[in-house]
Amino acid sequence: MTAKISYDDVEVGTELPAQTFPVTRATLVQYAGASGDFNPIHWNEKFAVEVGLPDVIAHGMLTMAEAIRVVTDWVGDPGAVVEYGVRFTKPVVVPNDDKGATIEVGAKVAAKLDDRRVRVDLLAKSADQKVLGMSRAVVQLA
Amino acid sequence: MALDQSFVGRSYPPTDPYEVGREKIREFAEAVGDANPAYTDRETAKALGHPDVIAPPTFVFAITFKAAGEVFRDPQLGLDYSRVVHGDQKFAYTRPVRAGDRLTVTSTIESIKSLAGNDILDVRGEVHDEAGEHVVTAWTKLVARAAEPAAEGA
Repeated sequence: MTAKISYDDVEVGTELPAQTFPVTRATLVQYAGASGDFNPIHWNEKFAVEVGLPDVIAHGMLTMAEAIRVVTDWVGDPGAVVEYGVRFTKPVVVPNDDKGATIEVGAKVAAKLDDRRVRVDLLAKSADQKVLGMSRAVVQLA
Repeated sequence: MALDQSFVGRSYPPTDPYEVGREKIREFAEAVGDANPAYTDRETAKALGHPDVIAPPTFVFAITFKAAGEVFRDPQLGLDYSRVVHGDQKFAYTRPVRAGDRLTVTSTIESIKSLAGNDILDVRGEVHDEAGEHVVTAWTKLVARAAEPAAEGA
């Protein structure tokens, strides 16, 4: 466990480098295969509309996986993530074109905890909608 | 139809071990576009203090969700799985999942609520390795939306 960020170097309010993640239908198919989640709302437009969705939506767990990359890229060692939780507030709608959707993720240090740990609060948006709420990670720093 | 409250606190038997493969981790990391070498390069992982390549933080969900599926699909519970959406997800890690792990999951129903016709189910999955050591706990909240009056347009 070797974080490249030192606890002493961060303050409450320290912003992590924000990132934008593209999500296309191809991304969803690839994620479905890798994760084993073959729910048709993530690849079948007809089915998605029939169950009341505007279009195919991204897997919530894909959004959750993308969002934590802002933290793991910052801290270096993904094993430094001690806790990670989110609420899925809005779906990421993925149109069937070559642009797809984008997920924009920002994060900042919200609290310094004991044992050289910090709480990082994440903000994930897509199409100007907040797609994750109560999105928090606890990270072990050096 | 409200779910049976008597299921709160019920634990299901541990799953058969899931063996975490190095190529499965690579496949997952590629699917989320994450090029962190800790997921694919053993020497990098070792330099970070891990005995082998590690998995991205949310990788374990594939294992815990499959285990929780036994709960969701328990016919005695009566959850309408076709109306289920994922509400919340949380993980607490003792250590990262890594290649070679043989993981078992013990699922427990933590709470069942009915709110405005929606059924809300919280399931906790405790993940242990072959030595019986705790690796990660996953909390999954599922919401079975109320079967609203049909509002299909055209």
